[in-house]
Amino acid sequence: MKSSVTTSPVRTETPAALKPKRSRDYGRLWTIGPVVVWMGVLFLLPLLLVLAVSFFSRSTFGGIEPPLTANNYIRFFDPLYYKILWVSCVLAFTTTILCLFLGYPFAYVVARAPVHLRNLLLLLIIVPFWTNSLIRTYAWIVLLRTEGVINTVLKALGLIAEPLPMLYNEFAVLTGLVYTMLPFMVLPLYASIEKLDKAYLEAAADLGATSWQTFWRVTVPLTAPGIMAGSLLVFIPSLGLFFIPDLMGGSKAVLIGNLIKNQFLTARDWPFGSAASIILMALTLLFIGGYLAVTKDKEGKGLT
Amino acid sequence: MRLSFAGRLGAVYAALIYLFLYLPIAILILYSFNKSKLNAVWTGFTVDWYLKLFHNSDVLEAMNTTLIVAAVSTLASTMIGTLAAVGMYRYHFRGKTALDAMLYLPIVIPEIVMGISMLAFFAQLKIPLGYLTLIAAHITFSVPFVVVVVKARLAGFDKSIEEAAMDLGATPWQTFVKVTLPVIAPGVIASALLAFTLSVDDVIISFFVAGPTSPTLPLKIFSMVKFGVSPEINALSTLMLMVTLLIVVIAERIRLRKS
Amino acid sequence: MKKRWKRMMGIGLTVLGLAAAAGCGSPSASTPADGGGSPQAAGSPGGQAGAGLDAELNVFNWSEYLPESVIKKFEEKYGVKVNYTTFSSNEEMLAKVAAGGGIYDLTVASDYYIQPMVKQGMIEPFDLNNVPNFKNLLPEFVNKEFDPGNKYSIPYMGNTVSLAVNTEKIKTEIASYQDLWKPELKGQIVMVDDQRFILGMVLKSLGYSANDTDPAHLEQAKQKMIELMPNIKAFDSDSPKTLMINGEVNVAFVWGAEIALAQREVPTFQTILPKEGLMITMDNFVIPAGAKHKKTAEAFVNFLLDPAISAEIADSFPYINPNKEARTMIDRATLENIAIYPPAEEMNRVEGLQDIGDAAKLYDRIWSEVKSAQ
Repeated sequence: MKSSVTTSPVRTETPAALKPKRSRDYGRLWTIGPVVVWMGVLFLLPLLLVLAVSFFSRSTFGGIEPPLTANNYIRFFDPLYYKILWVSCVLAFTTTILCLFLGYPFAYVVARAPVHLRNLLLLLIIVPFWTNSLIRTYAWIVLLRTEGVINTVLKALGLIAEPLPMLYNEFAVLTGLVYTMLPFMVLPLYASIEKLDKAYLEAAADLGATSWQTFWRVTVPLTAPGIMAGSLLVFIPSLGLFFIPDLMGGSKAVLIGNLIKNQFLTARDWPFGSAASIILMALTLLFIGGYLAVTKDKEGKGLT
Repeated sequence: MRLSFAGRLGAVYAALIYLFLYLPIAILILYSFNKSKLNAVWTGFTVDWYLKLFHNSDVLEAMNTTLIVAAVSTLASTMIGTLAAVGMYRYHFRGKTALDAMLYLPIVIPEIVMGISMLAFFAQLKIPLGYLTLIAAHITFSVPFVVVVVKARLAGFDKSIEEAAMDLGATPWQTFVKVTLPVIAPGVIASALLAFTLSVDDVIISFFVAGPTSPTLPLKIFSMVKFGVSPEINALSTLMLMVTLLIVVIAERIRLRKS
Repeated sequence: MKKRWKRMMGIGLTVLGLAAAAGCGSPSASTPADGGGSPQAAGSPGGQAGAGLDAELNVFNWSEYLPESVIKKFEEKYGVKVNYTTFSSNEEMLAKVAAGGGIYDLTVASDYYIQPMVKQGMIEPFDLNNVPNFKNLLPEFVNKEFDPGNKYSIPYMGNTVSLAVNTEKIKTEIASYQDLWKPELKGQIVMVDDQRFILGMVLKSLGYSANDTDPAHLEQAKQKMIELMPNIKAFDSDSPKTLMINGEVNVAFVWGAEIALAQREVPTFQTILPKEGLMITMDNFVIPAGAKHKKTAEAFVNFLLDPAISAEIADSFPYINPNKEARTMIDRATLENIAIYPPAEEMNRVEGLQDIGDAAKLYDRIWSEVKSAQ
């Protein structure tokens, strides 16, 4: 690259602003450019269509028509839709917490495994998810149903007298969600625990910290970015997911994902469906805003 | 190798989680030998579904499409996403927070909304639906996942190493390849695995952006639901699983012998 | 600059076009006559192969609705390449047909979708001269109120929603929708996950029409439906037979074809024709506006209405076949299964679902309230 010629000898602690301009510009262009162009064209432009539709009205025949109105947003402010949103948030939050508690020790073990085993173990986590989700969910149903594998085994072992109701209830929904979302928690955790420098842990131990203290005071703070990333990657998709709650919970609750889907598929009320999607996105931005505010102190200084 | 007590406990715990991950897979494999077509109850042993699979050109073709789309979109989204994560870590620029926030939106937007809006968009630009639109859509929903995972890996990464490299005359590109990339490699691999996983299993967005000639395997499978998803799909999944594991083990062997 | 602005406007208009606001509806619907010149080509399957037909045909149909063998036969007979793709809900079809700009020549829509599609200019009229086999259809399935004279639609197949009870496990008598509320059926029922059919069922149990839009009646139905929730184990539109087969439920309010499939594995499931009467939906061929191979599409429909071909379809997919001639060739067991072919007296009082216009909003709200009630 030509820009290397311009590399200036003035250095090290100098703030970024003093670095040779051209080199930095190229770097920015080549790293940020692709994502801005790609997502701008293929995500933001189509999203503007959704935003536009959310201000129209439903025509009698399920199309959209003027007048422009904010009614679709006003309509959402209703105890019924609050409740649906709340239930979805609680479900997504529970899933995230369960994934974190199951996933953290697991990611820790995998990241601390002998180096030659790590990639293999990592791949073994994700391989089950390359099979079709529908078939996988059916397999869970075979396991959990009244006359299913688990009940049969437990009965044969004499642990239960009556089959446990494990399907079409909250237990089933959470099992399905945790199963599906676990890799989204484990992989970022792995990436972040793997780089943890053992020297820190040893130093803590040398200074007399118990292993529990070391874990809470050193390991967790150092892997916080992984925890946050994993939690977001589990929480956000869980919020809109309805396929698994429907199949394993028997579609007995309306989640925000169902509500939006119904607007597009059964009620044919695209304006309201679009408005609900925009609200869901706004809510996500709020979460992200909180996340950025929390993490900013930690990495913020390194950025300038 | 001797393990400490904590180490052994960890190994047992990891084994239990792997058991949880593979329990439904075991059922899936078992049912590929089930006589009943309905995937509901066990009625007897057969290998018919494997034989039928090899004659089902539709399913094999759909699998081919799925793998091509997944491979291309994983490669592209991992590149775009990794560069973005590095750029956002390394540089300061106007609109950074907005870009950061914007990248989370594709994760939360309900798939059906994303699918329909992309369909409208492609239709308007008169881009015919097919491989191109399918791959473009898959890249779009994968990029945010890559950015988030790689960024988490980068957090806390000591910038002075990069700066030292540049002081020694390395270009930003050289610095990226020689210094940054090795450090973030585990994050990049993890994110590529996620992108691939998302792509091979997507149904809703694919439905809207796929053309008449490019149905993917998940689309094919979902179209079978009413009359029972054929155990051929279980057979196919089993074979794919076996091939993947075989490749992994062989690759691991070769690596071990080298070192 | 101006061009870019125009393009942006265009994108905005797609959104409108997608939902087909009145202004940009019915694009090329004004040229239906251009294919009418040579009707001989589309004559009965015995006519001159390929005469006047195009080389390819893009068909968009429900998944699992047409055997591949039938498509192959058409291709061989007429030398037409059929590109066959599928969807799994009316709205998926609607979205793709609206955005596709003439990529499909033929698709299938449920009866209560026909009127909205006509009103929005999304479909073109058939030239029935090109579909002589139309005469094979039973009179009770043609010339319906949603499309007088079958100008825009030709019936393909239909499906009822019936009750089924596993008589081995359930001893209490079930003869009507009303009986589903019996407390001994707690956690025993599977139902289609479809707000129109379920609220329709509740409305019928109250003595109203399944297409009722009176808010007071709907409020009553909502309260009654909430009372039914404890009895419901699961809603499943895709494969409720799975729950019936593996013993998870013993009562079902599901598609007739699902009942028939479940009965193959669990013969003790008995079909119940509810006192209040059945509900039905018919699927119909329609030609999307701007179709490029309209005449070939008509020839294809005509081919599918041929008695032997129609019977072949009915063999693979056990739905209500409206083809009088074909019924003489369909096997007796299927014809006599009342889950698929309800007796004539039931068919005379069966209720079809209709487009309910703005009341769709109300239905959706009630549905959300019912499911969020616990």
